Amino acid sequence: MDEFILIFRHEDGKKVASPEQIQLWMKQTMDWIGSIAAQNKFSGGNGLAFENAKVVHHNKTITNGPFGDIKETLGGYVIVKANSIEEAAEMAKGSPVLQGEGNTIEVRKLVKGDGVH
Amino acid sequence: MEQQQLIPHLFRSEYRKIVAVLCHHFGIDHIQAAEDIASETFHTALDTWSYKGIPGNPKGWLYTVAKNKAANYLKRNKIFSNKVAPALQQFPISVNEEDIDLSDKNISDSQLQMLFTVCHPSISSEAQVGLALRILCGFGIEEIADAFLTNKETINKRLFRAKEKLRAERIEIKFPGKEEIANRLDAVLTTIYLLFNEGYYSESNNQVVRKDFCLEAMRLAYLLIENEQTNTPRVNALLSLMCFYSSRFEARVGKQGEMVLYEAQDENLWNNELIAEGSYFLKQASIGNELSKYHLEAAIAYWHTVKADTKEKWENILQLYNRLLQVEYSPVAALNRTYALSKTNGKQEAIREAEKLNLSSNHFYFTLLGELYKGIDNVKAKNNFQHAFELAKTQTDKQVIQKQIDGL
Repeated sequence: MDEFILIFRHEDGKKVASPEQIQLWMKQTMDWIGSIAAQNKFSGGNGLAFENAKVVHHNKTITNGPFGDIKETLGGYVIVKANSIEEAAEMAKGSPVLQGEGNTIEVRKLVKGDGVH
Repeated sequence: MEQQQLIPHLFRSEYRKIVAVLCHHFGIDHIQAAEDIASETFHTALDTWSYKGIPGNPKGWLYTVAKNKAANYLKRNKIFSNKVAPALQQFPISVNEEDIDLSDKNISDSQLQMLFTVCHPSISSEAQVGLALRILCGFGIEEIADAFLTNKETINKRLFRAKEKLRAERIEIKFPGKEEIANRLDAVLTTIYLLFNEGYYSESNNQVVRKDFCLEAMRLAYLLIENEQTNTPRVNALLSLMCFYSSRFEARVGKQGEMVLYEAQDENLWNNELIAEGSYFLKQASIGNELSKYHLEAAIAYWHTVKADTKEKWENILQLYNRLLQVEYSPVAALNRTYALSKTNGKQEAIREAEKLNLSSNHFYFTLLGELYKGIDNVKAKNNFQHAFELAKTQTDKQVIQKQIDGL
């Protein structure tokens, strides 16, 4: 089995949702992760805070961000164990992140230190 | 002369104290001698008390006899090691025949040190549990064999090999150093947890011994809690979960010795005192930020002491299982999580989730599916229960499943 990272990309990180809605997403996220863990396919994961974020630019200037000129923001990631990238992508379908229009989940295989990659 | 009554399990509880103190005194090379001296002490008691009556202070009597026997052993060993052993390159006992200390303080210190010794990573966890049962809890070989559903020879061999290993590795009977304690404590907790499960889930029909295993596991955890260095949140969480589980001991066994499932239990038989203790230790466990699998399991066990079938209860249980599975996967947790999911998110979703679990060699998997299909598709429910029945290995399990089939 290989490890794949599912990266949550939010189109607009500043979008405000109702407390009720946030609570529902939270339960859905926890159940979704629980479902992956119940299949013994969960390796790790974390959310990324939207507040108080910074972006360091090529010229070493630091701006508040990543909002504004960058369209997408990263909301978090989960690392799963799967037999193929297809299986990992199938798992990603259950994430409530996808309920947000314009949001996407990028699925990438983690490179192993096995000399092949 | 008035006949005294012995307190229940006196020999067993004194056996483990004497063995621990003597092991500590003699060193790891002499575990067998310590066990022999303790056993001989009880034989002497049997021969004497049976005819002359039980002495006024049975414990004191036992300690005196054990001390004398230990002193004789040391004397013999000294002669042996001075005159014979040099030629044989044996390990002599270097200690003197000073008074063997059977004070309460030294007993609990010795037991704690033995607990760490027995749970040394150099021996298998199966052997650790066996040694703990024998040396720290004072169970007989036959009782241990019965719980593991095996014979005396197998247990004897297992214990012998474990003791040889401890000897060969020259494991010292001592409290681990400060830096080492956290790591070693985890191994101790695993053994206590296994010991408890051995009693709680054993397929043996001997209810008395099974319950005693659980009580012993709790006693060992309590021993750790009494010591400042080992009184950690994790230990408290483990004891809490064991209290919650044991509170259902009476309720989970029916009049004919059959298993009574949680849903069908009479909560009047739940032990409120143990539930209160479980809550107390869970509170103690919550000091600090640590959230171990024992914390999560204790919290799940807590929610099971609430009989009312509320949404809140099952939502909490579900989220705790979601977390637990991230910390440590186990098939049982995966199945229980799916059951909780059926209570919060509905049976249809739970069936879809169950089918992803890939546990089709596990009879509990089919019992769960049978349960989930109940009322939705009773033919499928029955098929699943029948599949579970074929996979179940013990009579108890088969009985429980048959009941489900009959009830459809």
